[in-house]
Amino acid sequence: MTEPAAADTGGEGLGTWRTRTIVATMFPLLVVLSVLEMGSGYVLESLEATYLDNPTLLVLVPVMIGMGGNLGAIFSARLSTRLHLGTLSFAPRDEALWANVAAIMCLATTVFAALGVAAWVVGRTIASPMGFADLVVISLVSGLLLAALAVCISVAATYLSYRRGLDPDDTTIPVVTNVCDILGVIVLSAVATLVL
Amino acid sequence: MDVGAEVRRVYRESVGILSVSLLGGLFAGAVLGSEPMREAFRQYPGLLLLLPAFLATRGNVYGAFGARLSSGLHQGLIRPELAYDERLVNAVVASFVNGIGISVVIGVLSWAVLQALGRESARLVELVGITLVSGVLTSVVLVFGLVGLVFGSYEFGLDPDNLIGPIVTTLGDVFGVVFLYLAVVIVGVML
Repeated sequence: MTEPAAADTGGEGLGTWRTRTIVATMFPLLVVLSVLEMGSGYVLESLEATYLDNPTLLVLVPVMIGMGGNLGAIFSARLSTRLHLGTLSFAPRDEALWANVAAIMCLATTVFAALGVAAWVVGRTIASPMGFADLVVISLVSGLLLAALAVCISVAATYLSYRRGLDPDDTTIPVVTNVCDILGVIVLSAVATLVL
Repeated sequence: MDVGAEVRRVYRESVGILSVSLLGGLFAGAVLGSEPMREAFRQYPGLLLLLPAFLATRGNVYGAFGARLSSGLHQGLIRPELAYDERLVNAVVASFVNGIGISVVIGVLSWAVLQALGRESARLVELVGITLVSGVLTSVVLVFGLVGLVFGSYEFGLDPDNLIGPIVTTLGDVFGVVFLYLAVVIVGVML
């Protein structure tokens, strides 16, 4: 989710609350993101046969697209707050950093294990069933990979924003959520191809 | 510091919201995997190609709109009531322009990608028809849904900042795919 720079309205004027300003700021970005998302769509379209033959895999797609970004957003928001408070160090032995990483990986394990089980149940009701173990493995492995990528991208984006004097609140979350959105389907497709 | 306690605290703060988002995503996935939707993917080559862009851009458009409403309330620029307010109307109109405009762009892009690769694709008018109809329906529900939920939660004493992400993901997933299917049906009848 791209959050526009907080409404910096100069005095009485409409400032950034003009329709034209909002559209002019966001639309070009949306077009660039859509072009990048076509890469992810291309993978889906190329594996059309795999997905349509195993509809249970399609059940995983929306969560794969959204959840990496959700985890990345939670992690980045924490990094960014600690940066503002001056308590963040990028040292590899920073305990609080590792506590956050561990919490994100625990959250990912919970969510993607639940996703695998729930998708199996949904899959049985809408189509021919898919192997339970295959599905849970695909969901967990791609979910954990995605969470690990989200963590690395968040740390890199926060560090770069900090080095360049940008406020990570404005930069990190949009970058992380969008990159994870794009990677979600790609990671899922790669893992599914390997497992099946 | 007690690392274990910190891990448990972060986990507890987020697990509820992620579960809600998981349920929304599962519902969307069940619709995508259903037989009528699979039939639509076979019937309109290009629909699967545009799916990630269609699902992902909504977070950007409506997440930004929700964040703007929330900052506006916190800054006292807009008030949580459904009366005419130029700032609110401008923000609503801009979200419609962004949300519907990008849907059309996505339809065109997916057709153009398939043409460039020399692959079979649905007709341009079909793909754009589907993204336009679903874009219009999705934006109406998300824009008015967000205004209601953000204002409601603010009045109720909750900080909308903490709720926008999950609200957008959940509403977006649920209504996005339902309207995508509805659009396929409408375009199938009309074209």
